[in-house]
Amino acid sequence: MDRVSIIVSHGSLEGVYPALIMANGARMEGIEASLFFTFFGLEPIIERRMDRLQVATVGNPAMHIPTLIGMLPGFATLATSMMKKEMEKLDIPPVREFLQMIHDTGAEIYACKASVDMFHFKKQDFWSGVDDIISVGEFYEKAGDGQIIFT
Amino acid sequence: MDTLEILGKHLAVDKDGNLVNRSDWNEEIARAIAAQEGIGELTDRHWAVIRAMQKAFDRDGDAPSIRRLTNESGVDVKTLYQLFPKGPAKKAAKIAGLPKPKGCI
Repeated sequence: MDRVSIIVSHGSLEGVYPALIMANGARMEGIEASLFFTFFGLEPIIERRMDRLQVATVGNPAMHIPTLIGMLPGFATLATSMMKKEMEKLDIPPVREFLQMIHDTGAEIYACKASVDMFHFKKQDFWSGVDDIISVGEFYEKAGDGQIIFT
Repeated sequence: MDTLEILGKHLAVDKDGNLVNRSDWNEEIARAIAAQEGIGELTDRHWAVIRAMQKAFDRDGDAPSIRRLTNESGVDVKTLYQLFPKGPAKKAAKIAGLPKPKGCI
């Protein structure tokens, strides 16, 4: 495999990391990689939000806690800080550092134009590592004959 | 067991093509592997990464993957990819005579 294009469509911490790990992992294997952030998946590339992503504690059966507990104020913050600690042990960096690292490997980072327009974001709302805001057509063009992974 | 012919010797390698016996490794072998991997001439900066990798492996029993390699070698991610295109941790481990790093990050 020569090239992989990974779509990020979720804005929760656990919704974002798999794509980042896969993009970085592709580059480690010498595979070209790009990330395309769409819908709520824009959160990790919005400058003022990227350091504040949280684990979804409600509506997530794999958390093994009752939904009503997950709703308690501060619970998402607690779960997020626990998960971040575990990730640091595994050498998984925080979102901003991870994205910078992935960008430094030569992977491209794109925001989806339709989502940017829908949420009324401006170019200056985005983290500086974002290479471009592109349409779905441009996304396919760049993906070429490579693999596409939707997360 | 697979073998790899380097400098006229048949050396045992694992499924990734990395040397099995560290005792087979020397700088001359490293240069030959680097040439086979398309890395070309090994500069002082390449050697700094290779040495850091060996040091970390001897301490931890696993070759560092990319994030830890930047910390161990003091070489940033961008430069690592310039020195060892197509996967710095994987390539540097091979040239260093170590197994492929197990880490995901």
